[in-house]
Amino acid sequence: MNVIALSHSQDRDFIAQVEKESGQNVSLCYQCGNCTAGCPYTFVYDIPVHQMMRLLQAGQKEALLSCRSVWLCATCQSCTTRCPNNIDVAHIVDVLRHMARREGYSTEYGVKSFVDSFLESVEKNGRAFEMGLLLRFIGKTGRFWTDVDLAPKILPKGKLSPLPHKVKNPEAIAKIFERFRQECQK
Amino acid sequence: MSQKLRYAYYPGCSGQGTSKEYEQSTRAVCEALGMELVDIPDWSCCGSSPAHTVDHRLSSALSGRNLALAERLEGVSAILTPCPSCLTNLKVSAHKMKDPEFAAEVNALLDFPVRNTLPVKSILQAIYEDVGPDALRPKAVRLLTGLKLAPYYGCIMNRPPHIMEFDDHENPIAMDQLMEAIGAEAVTFPLKVECCGASFGVARRDIVQKLSGKLLDTAASNGADAVVTACPLCQMNLDLRQDQINVANNTSHNMPVFYYTQLIGLALGMTPSQVGLEKLEVSPMALLESLPARAEAQAQAAKKPASKGAQS
Repeated sequence: MNVIALSHSQDRDFIAQVEKESGQNVSLCYQCGNCTAGCPYTFVYDIPVHQMMRLLQAGQKEALLSCRSVWLCATCQSCTTRCPNNIDVAHIVDVLRHMARREGYSTEYGVKSFVDSFLESVEKNGRAFEMGLLLRFIGKTGRFWTDVDLAPKILPKGKLSPLPHKVKNPEAIAKIFERFRQECQK
Repeated sequence: MSQKLRYAYYPGCSGQGTSKEYEQSTRAVCEALGMELVDIPDWSCCGSSPAHTVDHRLSSALSGRNLALAERLEGVSAILTPCPSCLTNLKVSAHKMKDPEFAAEVNALLDFPVRNTLPVKSILQAIYEDVGPDALRPKAVRLLTGLKLAPYYGCIMNRPPHIMEFDDHENPIAMDQLMEAIGAEAVTFPLKVECCGASFGVARRDIVQKLSGKLLDTAASNGADAVVTACPLCQMNLDLRQDQINVANNTSHNMPVFYYTQLIGLALGMTPSQVGLEKLEVSPMALLESLPARAEAQAQAAKKPASKGAQS
């Protein structure tokens, strides 16, 4: 069992910030465990989702922002759908992931690299370009063997275009990203 | 159906690539069912999962641009998309933008604001609610009798229910009923809304192998010949990655994974190439060719007890 000295380590500002960004009341969780029971990802999590909720109530910022689970949640909505107290748990995990990113954590580097590759592709082309984002991912991670076994299967099907399907005016999409970054700096 | 069915259509990025056959069969089926799809002019990526894992304003802005473009179209009753991931993003952003403060933050990122005037629905919901299984049944010229399907909806088509507002969130039945309307059988499939491993295939393939493997195992053990799905990512994980799954889990599945629109198209009399069956990795052709014999056997089996009853 993990024992935490709350009087020394409870970060109340952190709890307030998560509640503000997620619009959820974290004290509503009474640890029934329904979220973890239905979560398909518990087998790869270092902290099961009901324990993330408990750590959040205890204001354990470092433990939460540095864990693998925040990166491995797929937002499948099982926890949110089945919470008897109507807590949007998946939304809370999303917010924890935003905070982890902002504070420079990348505990699951491959997952973060995939997300970054995807969004870079969208910023450049206005649409996700599958072949391009896979190459970006390989470039970031050095994982040259990623899905090479799938190439002979998918290439003859003519599904993967070697060139992006761009929008007419990709600058319009790039501007959304640009304004977003400006807002973040404010 | 006295009113003309006319919708704004958001195809989604994967429809231009890995799910071309979904896009092709969706358009063909909608046309055959009298549903007019008006493409959202110069639509862009909704942001998919990556955007909402980075920031909700960014995600809603990427989706919002498309909502705003669709709102400029005339005479459309809703925005439709075949892809559950696009659907979730478009619906979540419309939902969150009901909050004026959040809407202002998102609109500040856009060239022109979202008015939030059109409902967003999946193609599945529109076919189910605006056409319906009863209207589909008489249009089927080729019943898929004998075909046993595991109906797989994926994790976000119906969840969370307060945002998706369609069908049941634990046991959805829309696709089951559409498949039954075209003669196929929907087998019991308890993992209808379980996650397939989503977009972790590239970064953490082990996750997809485990979760999608469980889906294929369960479909097979419930007697399904094939899986039918409504999601490009689910389809890709189950179909394109089926060999990877077999190697990792020491299984030998050879299970076709259809888009439900491909099967409706076939039933409406379209050819395999019109619905892009050749684009599937696990070929369904042997299975489909076995259907007439199976249907015959089923008909014979159904006759027997009746004739026995008549004799006695």
